[in-house]
Amino acid sequence: MISLRKLTKRYGSFTAVDQIDLEVPRGELFGFLGPNGAGKTTTLRMIAGILKPSGGSISIAGVDLAADPIGAKMRLGFIPDRPFIYEKLTGAEFLRFVAGLYDQEGAEVEHRARELMALFDLEEWRDELVESYSHGMRQKLIISSAFVHRPEVMVVDEPMVGLDPKATKILKDLFREYTRRGHTIMMSTHTLEVAETLCDRVAIIAKGKILACGTMPELRASAAGTGGAEGLEQIFLRLTGDNAARQLVEVLDA
Amino acid sequence: MPDAGARPDPSLELLLLPKWLTARSRAMSNEHGRGGRFTILGGIGLLFWGFIFTVLYKLLVYFRNVPDLGPFLAGKLLGLILIGFFSILLLSNIITALSSFFLAQDLDLLVAAPVDWLTLYSAKLLETAVASTWMVVLMAVPMFAAFGVAYHGGLVFPLLVVAAFVPFLVVPAVIGSAITLILVNVFPARRTRDILSVIAVLVAGGIVLLFRIVRPERLARPEGFRSLVEFVTILRTPTSPFLPSEWVQRAVLGWLNNRPDYLPLYLLWSTAAAAFVVGALLHRALYMDGFSKAQESAQRWARNHATHRIGYRVLAPLGILRRELMLKELRLFFRDTTQWSQLILLAVLVIVYVFNIKYLPLRGEGITFFLRNVIPFFNVLLAGFVLASIAARFIFPSVSLEGRTLWLLKSSPMPVRDLLWAKFWVGTLPLLILALGIIGVTNVLLQVSDFMFAVSVMTIAMMTLALCGMALGFGTLYPQFETENAAQIPTSFGGLLYMIASVALIAVVIVLEARPVYSYLSAQFYGTPTSRGEMVLGFGLAAAVCVAATLVPIGIAQRRLEAVER
Repeated sequence: MISLRKLTKRYGSFTAVDQIDLEVPRGELFGFLGPNGAGKTTTLRMIAGILKPSGGSISIAGVDLAADPIGAKMRLGFIPDRPFIYEKLTGAEFLRFVAGLYDQEGAEVEHRARELMALFDLEEWRDELVESYSHGMRQKLIISSAFVHRPEVMVVDEPMVGLDPKATKILKDLFREYTRRGHTIMMSTHTLEVAETLCDRVAIIAKGKILACGTMPELRASAAGTGGAEGLEQIFLRLTGDNAARQLVEVLDA
Repeated sequence: MPDAGARPDPSLELLLLPKWLTARSRAMSNEHGRGGRFTILGGIGLLFWGFIFTVLYKLLVYFRNVPDLGPFLAGKLLGLILIGFFSILLLSNIITALSSFFLAQDLDLLVAAPVDWLTLYSAKLLETAVASTWMVVLMAVPMFAAFGVAYHGGLVFPLLVVAAFVPFLVVPAVIGSAITLILVNVFPARRTRDILSVIAVLVAGGIVLLFRIVRPERLARPEGFRSLVEFVTILRTPTSPFLPSEWVQRAVLGWLNNRPDYLPLYLLWSTAAAAFVVGALLHRALYMDGFSKAQESAQRWARNHATHRIGYRVLAPLGILRRELMLKELRLFFRDTTQWSQLILLAVLVIVYVFNIKYLPLRGEGITFFLRNVIPFFNVLLAGFVLASIAARFIFPSVSLEGRTLWLLKSSPMPVRDLLWAKFWVGTLPLLILALGIIGVTNVLLQVSDFMFAVSVMTIAMMTLALCGMALGFGTLYPQFETENAAQIPTSFGGLLYMIASVALIAVVIVLEARPVYSYLSAQFYGTPTSRGEMVLGFGLAAAVCVAATLVPIGIAQRRLEAVER
C-alpha cells in the first residue's frame, strides 16, 4: 500500500532522510519511531505530497506519487502534528470543505461528518468557529477530517499529542478497526507504549536512516543479540543512544 | 543555585534583546536577491524623500515671498501636517498595542517569568511605539528638512527637531496603549480587535471625507473667501493650543523665525513624562485583568443555513471542488472583520472619487470637445490605480494567508490551478463590478460620447482582470506565509513590485490606446477618415497585453505554488 524506494530528502548539505526503503502492506498499522530531528516528519510529509523528495520514489496504493500526484492523493489521508486549520470556518464547514477537496459531497458525507464529530465529542461545537476550539479539539477535528473522505491509506504524524485520555482511547480503537477493514496506516509517535501495543510493525529511524524494522518479537530477537533488551523503550534507547541517564546526573549536579 | 529570597529583576535591555537579535539576524541574513531588493527599496525611498522635499521646499519658498501672510501659511501647513501625524500615530498605536501588549506570542513567556510590571510596560510600550511610528518618522525627515533648508534653520535645527519630535511620538504611544488597555478590559481581545478594525477604518474614512469637505486647497486661493480678514482669521487660529502638534509647530517655527521659544519644549517633555507615569500606573492597575481576559475567545457561532443554501445553489455548476474552494474564500473573507471592514474605506474612496469627477469644471469656458473626451480616458487611468491598490490589499495577500493550512491543500488531490482560479474569481468579480460601476457612473456624469463609453468600459474590464491576475501572481511569487496580519502583507517587497508592475501595465495599455482614441476623436471633430488598421492594432495590442498579464502570472504562480514546500 505504501512503498518507499531509496527515498531521500536533502536540505543543502544536510540529509534529513537518507535512502529509505520501506513497504507497508494493506491492512497494516505501521509505527515510525525516532528521536527528535530523526527525519520522521520529513518522511511523512513527503508521503503526503507536501515535501518533494530529493531522490527516490513513493507509491501509494500502487500509484506513483511523482507521476500521478492527484491519483495518489485521492487514496490518502494526512493528519499533521500541528493542528493549523482555517480559524474562520466552523467545524462542520471544515469537514465539508475537506470532503469537497476529495470531490465528495452529499448526504453520505454529512452523515460521516456528524458521526465523526459525535465520536470525538465535538457535536456541540459543530457550528462554532474553529478559532474558539482548544488545541485538543482542533486535533480531533483534523483527525475527523482525515477520515471523512474514507482514504485507503492514512499517514499520521504524532496523533496523540494534545488529546485527552478518552480521545486517545477512541483513536486507538478507530485505528485498529480501520486497519482491520483492510486500510493502511503509517504513524509516527513518541509514545512507545502506543507503538508497542497498537502497531503491527515498527521502524526506528535516526539521522535519516532506518536502524531497525519489524514486529515486536522480531525487534526483540534482533536486540537480544546485542544484549537482550525486553521492551521497546530499551530497544529504542539502545539503537538511538542510551547515555541519557549519565547525562541526567551530570546535568543535575552541574 | 539562585538565592530563593532575592527578587529577580530582568532588565529592560534583556526584554528587548530578542527583538534586537531578530532584527539584526534579519538584516544580516544573506538570502538570495537581498542586495537587489535593498537597492530597489532604497532607490524608491530616496525618490519618495526627494519628491516630498522638493514639493514642500518650493511651496515654502513661495510662502516666504508672500508678504505678511507667508509665515501664517507656513505655520498652518506645518500645523496641518503635524495634526495629521498625531491622528495617525494615535490610531496606529491603539492597534499595535493590542498585538504587542495582549496578543503577541512572547507574552506567555514574559508574563509567566518574574518580570517587574514597570519593565514589562516599558518594553512593550517601546515596542509599540517603534512599530507604529517608524513610518511617520520616515515621512517627517524630508518634511523637517524642507522647513530647515527653506528657512535657513542652521546646524542646530535638526537637534531642536529631535528634541521636539521625540516627546511628540511618546505621547500618542502612551495614550494609544492606555486606550487599548481599557478596551481590552471591557471586551475580550479578539472582539476588541474586531471593534478596533472597524473603528480604524471608520476614522480613516472620516479623515478622508473631512479633508474633502474642508478643501484645504482653498487656502491657496484667498479670492474664494468673502474677505481678506476672514482668510487671515482662519490662518491665525491655532489648530488647538492644547495639542502636542501645536507645541512642536511653535517650537519649530519660533526657531526658524529667529524667535526661539522654549516653553513648547518644556510642555512637550513634561507632558510626555506625565503621560508615561499615568500610563504606567494604569498598566499596573489594569494589565493583569486585561491580559487574562485577552486569553478568552469571542464565542461565535455561524449557523447561516439560508446563505449556505444560496451559496450552494449559485455555485453548484462549478462542481464540488471549485464550489467548496470558492465558498471557503467567501466565508473566510466575510468572517474576518479586519478584512471586510476595509470595504468601508473603499466605499469612502469611491464616493470621494466620484464626487471629485462630478465637480470637475468641464462645462466652463474653453472646455473643448477633446478635453471632455480625453478626461474620461484619464479617468480609466486613475480608476486603474485605485483598482491596483485594492487588488494589492485583497488579492495579493490571499495565497500568503494559506501558509499555515497549506499542508491540507498540498496533501489533498486538489490541483493548485483550481485553488488559484477560485481565489482569482472571488477577488476579481467584486472588483470588476466596482470598476464598471465607477467608470459607468463617472462617464454618465461627464456625459462622454458613446465611443469613449465603450472604450473606457472595455479597457477597465480588461485591466481589472490583468491587475487581479498580477496581484495573485506576485502574491504567490513573494509570499509572506508567516505573517498572520493580512494588512501587513501588501507592504512587503513583493507588494511594492506588484504596484510598480501595475503602474507599468496601466501605462502601457493607456499608451497603446491613446493613438486610436486620438485618431477617432480627430475624425469626429475635423471630419477626417479613421484608420481601421490603427484601431485594430491599438486596441488589439492593449487587449493582448491584458490577457497575457492575466494568464502568465497565474501560470507562474501555479508552478511556484506547486514547488512550495511547507
